[in-house]
Amino acid sequence: MNHQLSRERHLELYYFMQLNRQLEERLVRLFRQNKIVGGVYSSLGQEAISVGTAYALEPRDWLAPMIRNIGTLLVKGFKPRDIFTQHMAKATSPTHGKDGTSHFGDLKKLHVVSPISMLGDLIPVMAGVGMAGRYLRQKIVAMTWIGDGGSSTGAFHEGLNFAAVQRAPLVLILENNQWAYSTPVSRQAPLKNFADRALAYGIKSRVVDGNDVVAVHEVAKYAVDECRSGRGPILIEAQTMRMKGHAQHDPAEYVPKDMFEFWKARDPIPLYEKYLTERGLWDAKTKAEIDARIERELDEDQKFAEESPLPDPQTAKQGVYCEGCHTIQADWQRPKEQVMPPAASVQAVWKIADFGAAIMPSGAPNRQVQSESQSKPAQNRQQPPHQRSTRPAPHRPAERPPAVAASGEDGVHDVSEAPPLRVPFGRGPKDRAYEREQQQSRPAKHDRPHRRRRR
Amino acid sequence: MPEVTMLEAIREALFEEFNRDPAVVTLGEDIGVFGGAFKATEGLLAKFGPERVIDTPISETGIVGAACGMSYLGLRPVVEMQFIDFIACCFNQVTNFVAKSHYRWGAPVPMVIRGPSGGGVHGGPFHSANPEMYFVHTPGLKVVYPSTAYDAKGLLKSAIRDNNPVLFFEHKFLYRRVKEQLPDSEYTIPIGKAAVRREGRDLTIVSYAAAAHTSLEAAKLLANDGIDAEVIDLRTLLPLDREAIVSSVKKTSKLLIVHEDTRTGGIAGEIAAIVCEDAFGHLDGPIARVTALDTPVPYSPPLEEYFLPSVEKVAAAARELAQY
Ligand SMILES: Cc1ncc(C[n+]2csc(CCOP(=O)(O)OP(=O)(O)O)c2C)c(N)n1
Ligand SMILES: [Mg+2]
Repeated sequence: MNHQLSRERHLELYYFMQLNRQLEERLVRLFRQNKIVGGVYSSLGQEAISVGTAYALEPRDWLAPMIRNIGTLLVKGFKPRDIFTQHMAKATSPTHGKDGTSHFGDLKKLHVVSPISMLGDLIPVMAGVGMAGRYLRQKIVAMTWIGDGGSSTGAFHEGLNFAAVQRAPLVLILENNQWAYSTPVSRQAPLKNFADRALAYGIKSRVVDGNDVVAVHEVAKYAVDECRSGRGPILIEAQTMRMKGHAQHDPAEYVPKDMFEFWKARDPIPLYEKYLTERGLWDAKTKAEIDARIERELDEDQKFAEESPLPDPQTAKQGVYCEGCHTIQADWQRPKEQVMPPAASVQAVWKIADFGAAIMPSGAPNRQVQSESQSKPAQNRQQPPHQRSTRPAPHRPAERPPAVAASGEDGVHDVSEAPPLRVPFGRGPKDRAYEREQQQSRPAKHDRPHRRRRR
Repeated sequence: MPEVTMLEAIREALFEEFNRDPAVVTLGEDIGVFGGAFKATEGLLAKFGPERVIDTPISETGIVGAACGMSYLGLRPVVEMQFIDFIACCFNQVTNFVAKSHYRWGAPVPMVIRGPSGGGVHGGPFHSANPEMYFVHTPGLKVVYPSTAYDAKGLLKSAIRDNNPVLFFEHKFLYRRVKEQLPDSEYTIPIGKAAVRREGRDLTIVSYAAAAHTSLEAAKLLANDGIDAEVIDLRTLLPLDREAIVSSVKKTSKLLIVHEDTRTGGIAGEIAAIVCEDAFGHLDGPIARVTALDTPVPYSPPLEEYFLPSVEKVAAAARELAQY
């Protein structure tokens, strides 16, 4: 049992995962009845990731979902009716029929940025959200998601590098669900763990079993706390499986049949139900109550959506520009004088630590640079650029830093600290050997957020 | 009072807006300590500090994306493209993320993307482009392209205050070549309004940016031949000042459009269509255009000169039109 989570919050995790699943099942039914205008992108089997990660955010924090992150929207406070009406292109939808699916947001209350279809583009945008929050001293964290496929885009790399250079409070969840449309991860990148990319950006990363909601939540909470303390951005790879085709139209015949079977046994919802039962966190009656509540809420919201009108055609021409419909005002949590002269004025010069010698393979200057950056408190890392070393700490993959020094320092990511969790699919000799090796070599580290729970 | 170049006018606009509103920040490559490749942001970092003047990695998608995110929290970011040609690298962020944001989900993006554009300085195929029409074709953006120091300052201030994303093109040939005295007192110029640079009776020349100066020069030559040309400087390309174009054509009955952008898909075609829609019955001659060639911008001076519209080409086209 996770001691940081109360029984109520444990049950809420279940509520959101089940709500996520039941809502999508209804969307599939509506799709078959021709009541959905566009596609339905299922997150079946991935609910633990959406719910577990978004559940680590506070109301002031910001998120931006991808197409399979309906669960994050529910956690952040949108209602099933918003998702029904979006899919059915109704006038009552959050976008009034201008866009569909999870493509909606709310700047003022819920702090949700609407995604666009182009994969990767949200990452620099959410880095900017985090930067603006820091500028205004709002102490917010920004969170967004990306697929294994989407992580091959230029926007992913530019966004993550940009966030890293700016030390943006950004948590990026990479959902490795083994497939990008019909393409397996092996054709996306020659990496065992996508989290390894963090090393290239000088940021920290974690790998987590994406079908274990408690583990996902723990690692997300850790990442959110780190980012809030100025130690972002962080990349989390959540390993899972896309249990349906790319969307409703796709029967996913390219997926080996037994691969589905393997992962079905790791369905996050039954696993979590078992977890709750074994730890005495609920009984059959509680479960029945929650399930009934979900049914009730979904019945009501589905009815609302089905009875809602389609938009008036004339509204198609409205809203291209803001013509005074919005008042744009930042929420300042610091005195504005701080960013005005004379307080904000500086000497506009670069200071280059060691005259750039930090990149040379010789030891002394390196250590100096590293210790300099390590000894600084978190906020000071967001120094003005003209005082900051323009060279990052050197990257030396061959020399893995010791575990203690590794955690939390610049330029070092924590995947090296612990062997990455690999979720093996095959049952061949290599995979079995790997599993044996993992069981023997992995010490039970209780403080490790990505520890895989044994059941 | 000393005269001020267009570049200095742009810098003045930035300083004034930075002073007026702490929500205004700027991001770009080499804009802080160095003051920008053309020095448009010189002195800004020293005065307003690194939280507001952000030197970024070479990452156009990163910069525009981050600026968009910042604008969602109520900031007003001004992005500098080192050369506007590089906006191609973040085309997706601009046209899909930024431009569609308000229409799709009611999220305004109060952001400016500014940068040096245009040819005539032998910058070659990648430092001379006029990519404005990609963006004029994108609903949700505003596109501004001034030709004078006075306009550049007043329009940039309006762009920063606008609740919509504004692309602000700064013709680098004009940066240090046009100069004028600017008023002491604060002023802005509304986006979407053209200016009549020269009044005339015989024909209308519609133009913008450096080509507006070419057109004015040509009008002087034409006056010697007894042709009285009216010259309209569009200043804003999106939204286009239809009214100014149509009312001038109704007066002169002849229209010549001059732009430095390439011919096919340039704004001349759009203006011709507007005039056919709104003033066809007033036309006494075919709608004519002088534009750059349909090629990339060539590097070598004689090639570039041949490529660009010139005073002679504009005057010749106007003389021909005046025959009707
Ligand atoms: C830049 C870009 N290229 C192509 C597409 C079309 N497309 C949509 S989803 C998808 C697969 C995405 O795979 P992944 O990122 O792994 O996410 P998943 O569908 O597995 O959740 C593709 C190719 C797109 N949306 N954006
Ligand atoms: Mg995938």
